[in-house]
Amino acid sequence: MREFRIFVQKEFFHIFRDRWTTLILLVLPVLMIILFGFGITTEIRNTKFAVYDPSRDDATRGIVNKLETSDYFTLDSYLSSPSQIEQLFKEGRVGFVVVFGEKFYHSLLHTGDAKIQLIADGTDPNTASVLTNYATALINTYQQELLARQQIASGIQRGITAETRLLYNPTLKSAYNIVPGIMGMILMLICALMTSVSIAREKELGTMEVLLVSPMKPFLIILSKLVPYFTISIVNYITILLLSVYILKVPIAGSLVLLTALSLLFIFVSLSLGILISSLVEKQIVALLISGMLLLMPAVFLSGLMFPVETMPDVLQWFSHILPVKWFIIAVRNVMIKGLGITSILKEVALLAGMGVIILVVSIKKFKYRLE
Amino acid sequence: MKVIEVENLTKKFGSFTAVDNISFSVEKGEIFGFLGANGAGKTTAMRMLCGLLSPTSGKGVVAGYDILHDSEKVKASIGYMSQKFALYEDLKVWENIRLYAGIYGVSEKETRERTQLLLAELGFEKERNSLVKSLPLGWRQKLAFSVSIFHNPSIVFLDEPTGGVDPVTRRQFWEMIYQASERGITVFVTTHYMDEAEYCNRVSIMVDGRIDALDSPASLRKEFGAADMDEVFRKLARKSKNNGL
Repeated sequence: MREFRIFVQKEFFHIFRDRWTTLILLVLPVLMIILFGFGITTEIRNTKFAVYDPSRDDATRGIVNKLETSDYFTLDSYLSSPSQIEQLFKEGRVGFVVVFGEKFYHSLLHTGDAKIQLIADGTDPNTASVLTNYATALINTYQQELLARQQIASGIQRGITAETRLLYNPTLKSAYNIVPGIMGMILMLICALMTSVSIAREKELGTMEVLLVSPMKPFLIILSKLVPYFTISIVNYITILLLSVYILKVPIAGSLVLLTALSLLFIFVSLSLGILISSLVEKQIVALLISGMLLLMPAVFLSGLMFPVETMPDVLQWFSHILPVKWFIIAVRNVMIKGLGITSILKEVALLAGMGVIILVVSIKKFKYRLE
Repeated sequence: MKVIEVENLTKKFGSFTAVDNISFSVEKGEIFGFLGANGAGKTTAMRMLCGLLSPTSGKGVVAGYDILHDSEKVKASIGYMSQKFALYEDLKVWENIRLYAGIYGVSEKETRERTQLLLAELGFEKERNSLVKSLPLGWRQKLAFSVSIFHNPSIVFLDEPTGGVDPVTRRQFWEMIYQASERGITVFVTTHYMDEAEYCNRVSIMVDGRIDALDSPASLRKEFGAADMDEVFRKLARKSKNNGL
């Protein structure tokens, strides 16, 4: 037991005597939550837009007014010619431009082919589509109001009005989506990446060879490597929860005990992955690349953290199923955001537990007790 | 008394035979030089003796324990210093000593007392709390050797311990090896430096996985009609099918 204690202490020294490691482990999670929570947001607020309006009639003014009085958009300027549009985008002054056709109100009332064009910057397709969606919705509202007034005048009721209501995240706060994702990424980063790099480091420096010649059991060597990263993961888990509840105002809707149990399960899976990676490689940089490319990047892109998985090509969707982090994020959303109980996440829990056991068994088999 | 006895030890990696049917024995307290060109099979042979690799066939007894079946007991009875520098650079001098002492089961109290003594002997008292990375390479090498014999093993295996060290430090290092041998610790050392081979009681020279010569440096020089060990080595290495000479 004494050698184990000394060993765990040594691992903590490795971590806290290296400024960068300490920063990555303790400061990065906080930074990520704050950056993603506040900075990278899919909400639209006060985006500027410009208008080219050759008609200048009641309807076009009504639409511009509708856009401008919403929280989302502010009017930047009226353009005197369509040729100015490209310059505006090059300067990055506006998010989108509204172009009306000629004789807009007249066409709307009589010929029914009133033309309106929304131009957005396609180099950032996500923002562009969100902006145009919001703007389209506002224009539709205007149209409905206009029709409603005419119907009242003529006494006829017609048309379908779809009203959208978003459950669990009524105000469409992106933090609701981001917290489970960040939690998955951070736990993955610390458990899988840092553990695999730290074991690969001992191999690279030659200290692993000396340890394997010693009477210390390889099992204990690995276990003592896991203790610090496990502890730090727990610290980060608590930090992330506190930050999201008190700073990002994302409440824990479900059971905290269930959420914690779920996170412990995920930590176990990630630590096993870390051991697996380190048992396959000899160099720190390789461990870093494998963890980074095979675990973290897909965690960001395929787990639904930033883009919905449903819109991706089939191959990528299929690939996302084998990522533990994807199932963890789904389960955290169910428990933390939707407030559902254990029955709602049985599938995810079973998948995670299965993956963890398989990975652990494979990595124990792979870990070279003797240096072949 | 023999502390290492090897009979017909063989290690194959696929179709390649790294160690080909070697047999030898080492006496207690002896300084045994284990020589050979790169790729001759020294490291593989040494790893088998340390319990890091299991032999394909043959038998080996180290410190009274069978290397195949009792590798845990073998590990507890030996010290090991690797080719690569094996102390932790981000740990302090005393922390490194305590770590390795702890792994080999030296008690806390004994470790404390002997650390004092060891640092005084090496003249490192002032560096007790320094990080190992701040020490010059020669100092680290001496410290690594002291750490590898801190638990009083019956044999210490040194894998090219003086690589990259200046001649003065190499001299001092060999004085430490002699002191260890006087304390009854058997020293099993691989080296590239032929002048160091002269310091050994006996040397074996491996060529293509076999031991082609094994005797005291003086007898080997006589046998091969050579002026020094370097010439002995070159005459033997010329026979190798690997080196293309």
